[in-house]
Amino acid sequence: MITRLRAFGAFWYDFVIGDDWHVAVGVVLALVLTYVLSVATSIAVWWVLPAAVLVLLPFSLVRVIRS
Amino acid sequence: MNGWALFVAVFLACVVEAVEALTIILAAGTAHRQWRSALTGMAAGLGVLAVIVAALGPALTAIPLGALRVVVGALLLIFGLQWLRKAILRGSGHKALHDEEAIFRTELAAAQAAGTRSRGGVADWYAFTLSFKGVLLEGLEVAFIVVTFGSNARDVPLAVVAAVCAVVAVAALGIAVRAPLARVPENSMKFVVGVMLTAFGIFWGAEGAGATWPGADAALLVLAPAVAVFGLVLIALLRRVAPETSAPVPASAPKEVAA
Repeated sequence: MITRLRAFGAFWYDFVIGDDWHVAVGVVLALVLTYVLSVATSIAVWWVLPAAVLVLLPFSLVRVIRS
Repeated sequence: MNGWALFVAVFLACVVEAVEALTIILAAGTAHRQWRSALTGMAAGLGVLAVIVAALGPALTAIPLGALRVVVGALLLIFGLQWLRKAILRGSGHKALHDEEAIFRTELAAAQAAGTRSRGGVADWYAFTLSFKGVLLEGLEVAFIVVTFGSNARDVPLAVVAAVCAVVAVAALGIAVRAPLARVPENSMKFVVGVMLTAFGIFWGAEGAGATWPGADAALLVLAPAVAVFGLVLIALLRRVAPETSAPVPASAPKEVAA
């Protein structure tokens, strides 16, 4: 039973997070930053996610290539 | 804009996955000429996917739009970056191109080695389960794209139509050719889907988290091309440091059947 639950969890982890968890964490952090800045300041915050993609995608590619 | 983008993204994503599923079904049916078992497995897989979409679609559309856009934006962005990364790695020569014919040969050899065994009224249980798993695993990501993209655009039926059109088109081609669809430009299609999922993920995620886009929906007309150009620049840069030999090999081992 435990083995099946683990396999089930592993499947969904792989399905949603994929093979680089840094990307998922980076996306969540960028969304949190967008929310915090939009609530706490009056500055435009639309640029946060595009900036995150500019960093995350090359970072993830370099990690794959180096490994 | 949203309707067309929704249709194109779902259609292309579904074509890519359907081509990969078709290769598995062809191997399952060809191995022992038990086409009925392979097709029953395919139908069962499609049935489960339809139930998932039918259950999740209405449930997601009931969630308030703001919250939905944060969650769906994050998911689409994570999926989009995964698709884009694979397409960039393949486009730049750092990952072997998807070779449907090689995958077919591998799957066929495995199916022939497995032998036939009837179970639960199914003449060839191996062909049934291989087909079922292939369709379900390849289709699961598309089902998620259908429900997330569709519910956020408040048009799940259009997403379903796009997915059905793609499945019908690939099935018709598969029946006509009776061989793996090796000439479908899977990598280019994967790149386009990755660009669209990433652009919409950025747009909806930021909007849901409280951002206001300059130009409102028109911002997508800048975002999508910008992501595409960024991806192409990365391909060009990575080609300079690509390994010299990048001969196509089975990119999808039997264990790895997702995107």
